[in-house]
Amino acid sequence: MSLEKRLGAATRDAYGKALVELGKKNPNIVVLDADLSKSTKTEAFGKEFPDRFINCGIIEANMVGVASGLAISGKTVFASSFACFMMCKSYDQLRMAVANPKADVKIVASHGGISVGEDGASQQAIEDIALATSLPDFTVLLPSDEYCAKALVMQAALTPGPFYMRTGRPKAPIVHSENTKFEIGKGVLIKDGKDITLIANGLLVFEALSAADTLQKQGINAAVIDMHTIKPIDTALIKQQCDKTGAIVVAEEHSIWGGLGTTVSRTVSLLKPVPIEYVAIEDVYAESGKPEELMIAYRLTAEHIVEAAKKAIQRKQL
Amino acid sequence: MKKASIDELKKLAQEMRKDIIVMLGKAGSGHPGSSLSVIDIITALFFNVMHHNPKDPQDKNRDRFILSKGHAVPALYAAYARAGYFPYEWIYTLRQLGSPLQGHPDRRKLSFLEASTGSLGQGLSIGIGICLAAKLDKKDYRTYCIIGDGESNEGQIWEAAMFASHHEVDNLTVILDYNKFQLDGPVKDILDMEPMEKKWSSFGWHTQEVDGHNMQEIVDALEKSKTVKKQPSIIIAHTVKGKGVSFMENNNHFHGVAPTADETRKALLELGESREEIEEVLKR
Ligand SMILES: Cc1ncc(C[n+]2csc(CCOP(=O)(O)OP(=O)(O)O)c2C)c(N)n1
Repeated sequence: MSLEKRLGAATRDAYGKALVELGKKNPNIVVLDADLSKSTKTEAFGKEFPDRFINCGIIEANMVGVASGLAISGKTVFASSFACFMMCKSYDQLRMAVANPKADVKIVASHGGISVGEDGASQQAIEDIALATSLPDFTVLLPSDEYCAKALVMQAALTPGPFYMRTGRPKAPIVHSENTKFEIGKGVLIKDGKDITLIANGLLVFEALSAADTLQKQGINAAVIDMHTIKPIDTALIKQQCDKTGAIVVAEEHSIWGGLGTTVSRTVSLLKPVPIEYVAIEDVYAESGKPEELMIAYRLTAEHIVEAAKKAIQRKQL
Repeated sequence: MKKASIDELKKLAQEMRKDIIVMLGKAGSGHPGSSLSVIDIITALFFNVMHHNPKDPQDKNRDRFILSKGHAVPALYAAYARAGYFPYEWIYTLRQLGSPLQGHPDRRKLSFLEASTGSLGQGLSIGIGICLAAKLDKKDYRTYCIIGDGESNEGQIWEAAMFASHHEVDNLTVILDYNKFQLDGPVKDILDMEPMEKKWSSFGWHTQEVDGHNMQEIVDALEKSKTVKKQPSIIIAHTVKGKGVSFMENNNHFHGVAPTADETRKALLELGESREEIEEVLKR
């Protein structure tokens, strides 16, 4: 791929930094972790504000219950672990103690997707977005790079109610800049185009930009959206791009079930349907391997997006 | 499998410590401290206490083993490799794309693993289910399960503990790897589990406490656990995280960080490997 890849901080690092900044501004913020503070990056907040940080231990379900109690007593609570444990171990607590009372709990869970790498399937969340979007009143976020992650954390802290944000383990390629305007619920149209729209989030945003670059050389003009908010989805932007380009590829580091692809296809089906192709993890758990190798093996690269884009464009003619 | 003597077990454990270091040094990621702390227990189980047959891994009467603290899996792979469940050379592929040796135990890749673990807190419940199946089928195999002390933070461990004693699951031996550390630091600072023995005995378990690096004590306690009736049995093994490699012992940096090439050489030298052999192995 010809597009230059500039690696920035991992989105989990951006979260850790943003938390410390938030802690300085807002004495009402409390942070919880479940014995993964070195990995989720809440450790820095804990060092700076030990009174407002609890490393709860390996007790995710209890942690979410405690977060709820703190939140309904007036605190803004951030709670972190790996995405798989966070969502799967404490789902009932997220349902009854957070979503139900609309508690001001921000779940920020790291190690989303298969780019976790060598630790293998047990640590790789591929179903977290599906679980999170299924919870009423949850806002669901998946930032692409450090700028995006920081902006979303800062806004989430100011917005009452339950949030789920997935962060990633590896360094994330920079796809935005300091000047990019982010707004929860609004996708960022990074590049406009007329033939097809590539809608991506997380690490796949860079792959989509890279795919657009390749497509351009082949005479196909692709738009690229960073859809960092999966819920509520940016229906207006999707409508605009459907009307303009008439075909879509959705690319995400998540199972084909219940992620951004599902959300976009539902949105489009209620408008004027256009062909949609998906670049996502098929209905399987992945395995150990280097993150880059896994992204290739599980078909999550720019090449796969290019392939999917051509298919979608072909289907326009049907 | 033929029972190894205590001396043979000690020698084997030392060799398997080397296996762990080689595996993790080559893989470049993984959990050396957590693996070294359970290796003596795993050696005793696989080469003395458990009835199993590498030539017939699915033997219906085999004893079952579950590593609930799945991140220590290099210790388990060392045992399976040396017992002959798979070619020894496979250990050089740990954590590589396509390798059956996943970063955490994965039954999809190695069918003789009784459980896929890596999400802490789950293995014990699965083990209890296996014990109940044995009773239904009137089989007299036993199930062994290793859990961590940090892992014992999890509520599910205590649900399992209550359940097992209520149902008098006496064909189960749990070994607690009590190395006093979890991921972010000492257990007593994060979520103190003391009084550990009282917790288990008050949950209705038969308890024993041993030095988890004293082979004779480990084997004796495992044997004794087999004789306990109407009660599940736990052996609280006091261990040292990183045991056997001086710079890893009680150094929680090595919880989840693999040794560098230099550290790998240093560790293998300490474990008694010759310089030539080390360079040879690192080339593989
Ligand atoms: C449910 C769950 N939460 C968090 C983790 C991440 N994690 C892996 S090892 C570990 C610490 C385990 O401590 P312990 O059981 O004492 O084992 P040790 O490595 O100290 O031997 C943690 C928190 C996990 N694997 N599963």
